[in-house]
Amino acid sequence: MSNHNHDAHAHHGDHDHHEDDTPHGSLYDYVVGFVLSVILTAIPFWLVMGKVIDDKTVLSLILLGIGAVQIVVHMVYFLHMSPKSQGGWNLMALIFTLVLVVITMAGSMWVMYHLHSNMMPMPVNMNSMP
Amino acid sequence: MSEHFDLSKMIFGRLSWEAIPYHEPILIFTFIGVILGGIVVVGALSYFKLWGPLWRNWITSIDHKKIGIMYMILGLVMFVRGFADALMMRGQQALSFGDNMGYLPPHHYDQVFTAHGVIMIFFFAMPIVTGLMNYIVPLQIGARDVSFPFLNNFSFWMTASGAALVMVSLFVGEFAKTGWLAYPPLSGIMQSPDVGVDYYIWALQIAGVGTLLSGVNLIVTIIKMRAPGMTMMKMPVFTWTALCTNILIVAAFPILTAVLAMLSCDRYLDTNFFTSDLGGSAMLYVNLIWIWGHPEVYILVLPVFGIFSEVVATFCKKRLFGYTSMVYATVVITILSYIVWLHHFFTMGAGASVNSFFGISTMIISIPTGAKLFNWLFTMYHGRIRFELPMVWTVGFMVTFVIGGMTGVMLAVPAADFVLHNSLFLIAHFHNVIIGGVVFGAFAAINYWFPKAFGFKLDYKWGLASFWFWFVGFWVAFTPLYVLGFMGVTRRMSHFDDPSLQIWFQIAAVGGLLVALGIACFFIQIGVSFMNRKKLADVTGDPWDGRTLEWSTSSPPPDYNFAFTPVVHEQDAWFDMKKNGFKRPTEGFIAIHMPKNTGAGFILAMISAAIGFALIWHMWLPVIVCFAALIAAVIIHTFNYNRDYHIPADEVVAVENERTRLLSSHV
Amino acid sequence: MSNTHTATAAGIRTSESYYLKEEHHPENGTMLGFWMYLMSDCLLFAMLFAAYGVLGRHYAAGPSGADLFDLKLVAVNTAFLLLSSITYGFAMLAMHSKRLGKTLFWLGITGIFGLAFLSLEIYEFVHLIHEGAGPQRSAFLTSFFALVGTHGLHVTFGTIWLVTLMFQLKKHGLVPENKRRMNCLSLFWHFLDVVWIGVFTFVYLMGTLV
Repeated sequence: MSNHNHDAHAHHGDHDHHEDDTPHGSLYDYVVGFVLSVILTAIPFWLVMGKVIDDKTVLSLILLGIGAVQIVVHMVYFLHMSPKSQGGWNLMALIFTLVLVVITMAGSMWVMYHLHSNMMPMPVNMNSMP
Repeated sequence: MSEHFDLSKMIFGRLSWEAIPYHEPILIFTFIGVILGGIVVVGALSYFKLWGPLWRNWITSIDHKKIGIMYMILGLVMFVRGFADALMMRGQQALSFGDNMGYLPPHHYDQVFTAHGVIMIFFFAMPIVTGLMNYIVPLQIGARDVSFPFLNNFSFWMTASGAALVMVSLFVGEFAKTGWLAYPPLSGIMQSPDVGVDYYIWALQIAGVGTLLSGVNLIVTIIKMRAPGMTMMKMPVFTWTALCTNILIVAAFPILTAVLAMLSCDRYLDTNFFTSDLGGSAMLYVNLIWIWGHPEVYILVLPVFGIFSEVVATFCKKRLFGYTSMVYATVVITILSYIVWLHHFFTMGAGASVNSFFGISTMIISIPTGAKLFNWLFTMYHGRIRFELPMVWTVGFMVTFVIGGMTGVMLAVPAADFVLHNSLFLIAHFHNVIIGGVVFGAFAAINYWFPKAFGFKLDYKWGLASFWFWFVGFWVAFTPLYVLGFMGVTRRMSHFDDPSLQIWFQIAAVGGLLVALGIACFFIQIGVSFMNRKKLADVTGDPWDGRTLEWSTSSPPPDYNFAFTPVVHEQDAWFDMKKNGFKRPTEGFIAIHMPKNTGAGFILAMISAAIGFALIWHMWLPVIVCFAALIAAVIIHTFNYNRDYHIPADEVVAVENERTRLLSSHV
Repeated sequence: MSNTHTATAAGIRTSESYYLKEEHHPENGTMLGFWMYLMSDCLLFAMLFAAYGVLGRHYAAGPSGADLFDLKLVAVNTAFLLLSSITYGFAMLAMHSKRLGKTLFWLGITGIFGLAFLSLEIYEFVHLIHEGAGPQRSAFLTSFFALVGTHGLHVTFGTIWLVTLMFQLKKHGLVPENKRRMNCLSLFWHFLDVVWIGVFTFVYLMGTLV
């Protein structure tokens, strides 16, 4: 049995070698990522809580934009996303998923907006959909 | 049973003896039949002392081949159940005219058509497709197993648990009466306060976990475990379609999970996602579930396209025409399948702009599908076609599927859909593509790969009889439905008043009986082949003069699939090997590293089924206990670090020498 | 691998060029597989976001986000989650420099931040339900509780996993299996951060702009 175990470990050592292409960040990466994400979190909270911008559409777009930037920051600095990780499959899967997320969310809201306005005239104000 | 104090309510929830349907003679006879059959099976297993081998070699097995076979068996068993439902519907509709109310009361009829749809999609088509991918893909890419063998076993048992819950609903309580997608508000707690919809929800949620995990598993297997030299564009087409299918599974099933979770929140927690008051929107459910539903269609049909590609190339003795275009067509379908979902509810009222977008995108998707058909036709053109059974099914598929595809394009026109929506025309259309595609494909695949899995071919005569009964039966059963659909007859009716329609339903019922004969012939075919297995034996491992790697190993393949990992130089790797006079190595075998069997997957799935059952019946105490047990079992399982072993070289030598002997005895 | 290229000049290959004599080691697929799982989880959240997007203004004459959301609380909660992210990063760095004690220490800190996040969220939920703004009140609140609650459920399971992993690290040390698990949990933990960015932007901040 011990012999077996030894074998398995030697073998896994081999795997470990392969896994070195799993990207891992340095202290510098983590700190930069953290600082950036603190800034990118603070700005939107300040914009909303301090009532800095009056136009709600503009403010919403700014919030979504900053959110998107922060997601990219997290992807790069914390999730170590790069075109090279797992031979490019990680990034490809991510892009595919993001495309689907956009299609399903935007599509649902588009479809449901028309359905509600055509079929369910209701007192709710549909024009202010988020 | 004392129903008066709270503890028994906590333990038994709303389950009582009332839930057993004594008053339904059909169900009671079925139940007695199942019990007797169960006693016979249990008795036989005990008598022949097979419990041990069953547990060791099958239930706990993490061998992708055995799991694949178990998926196929599950699929075929559920197919018989689903088809029995279909015959009951055909019988009811053929009889129930005017004063005759038929033999099924409406509430029973509604359960039958719901169960038919749910079973055929989730517990026949999905297990068959998953089973085939499980069995074939690792062999085609020259791998020893899938990437996560334990997960594979767990996935299978989760699917089986879901199927078991659906079967239990026959005898304990009832099934949903809502149609196979359980639209609210009908499926909401107000309209369906009993357990039917809960059976539906939890059966699908549990099976869905299995499906999702097996999708992840196969994607990683295809990406990471291909034999050296097999680049993406040298992969067999079936593996390509399996890759795209599993990408669709991973990207679509969480959507179903989320939507069903929302529905269960509405039912269990009194929330307002899809309710008619307090701002809920039932239309949102329809929208969300079809975002899953349309990709699901392609999850079923893409692997089947792969099967036909393999079969056509093998039996025409030619390289598949337009391999690259086939791959691109598959990828394009994968992506397009996410932007067509609204064509399932054109009539809900989204308006002209939305409907036109989805109508056009639906029509576009027929282009890559058409390209595939032309590729198969051009492969056959100037090929040396052998009409073995798989090829017969393939030709039957091409004829049937094209017509189904064309009626689909008709339905894609929103204006036409307003006339045909929810009519029997729609029913005829999707049976036309699902039977013509998935079912015919499943039979082609079973006939094609059966010798690989069991070491003997299937009987030709009975197979041919099965095909013709199916083919003719299908058209006799569904052409009348096209006609009735044009007359405006809607789906899901258990009774009609207009006697002039009856003849069409009677013709359709005859078609159903012909299909029943086709199914009977199929099972006879398996029985007859088993009796003649010596005569039909395949000792070469390559009974059809195949082209891909699965034919390079023995039939059935050894546990480790390949004694030496193959190296691939070209597409159709095995054909290339044969062309270059490849001689099978007979020495130099080494120990092979393999994963160990484990019962953890089975146990986890059984606990999940128990949680599902307890949730259905509102047995809160068992829910809590089982959930805690599930978490504990998962954690305990993760403490097991000793998951693999080596098959010693001696054992490999023994197996391979036996194969050498067989091969030389054959020549 | 060299025998992949041993085709002879005439294009005819020898039998030896068609198989590997030594054991073949395919790359371990766990990290890729876990990433695929996360992508599917991402779509599950997309559905919940879509439901919130559609139903998020259906107040049914009940309270709106502007009436209910306490942004200071959300800011504190966001801070907890961000801090837990960097501390998990420190745990990963300690793991790479092969220091078990330090790894465990940073994992413990991460777990504490996770629990702090969960406690605040539970406090918020209880408070809302107490005010009569429970998930049954309106479609807006239903979709809000479902989305934020599902994220919270993920953090809960992440925390259970983290504690389990600490025990496994103690028992087996920094063996390859445990390193792989650390990597997977790292992806999971940071992924929950990413979802939370969507939640505080789309639900809390934009929800208060009425």
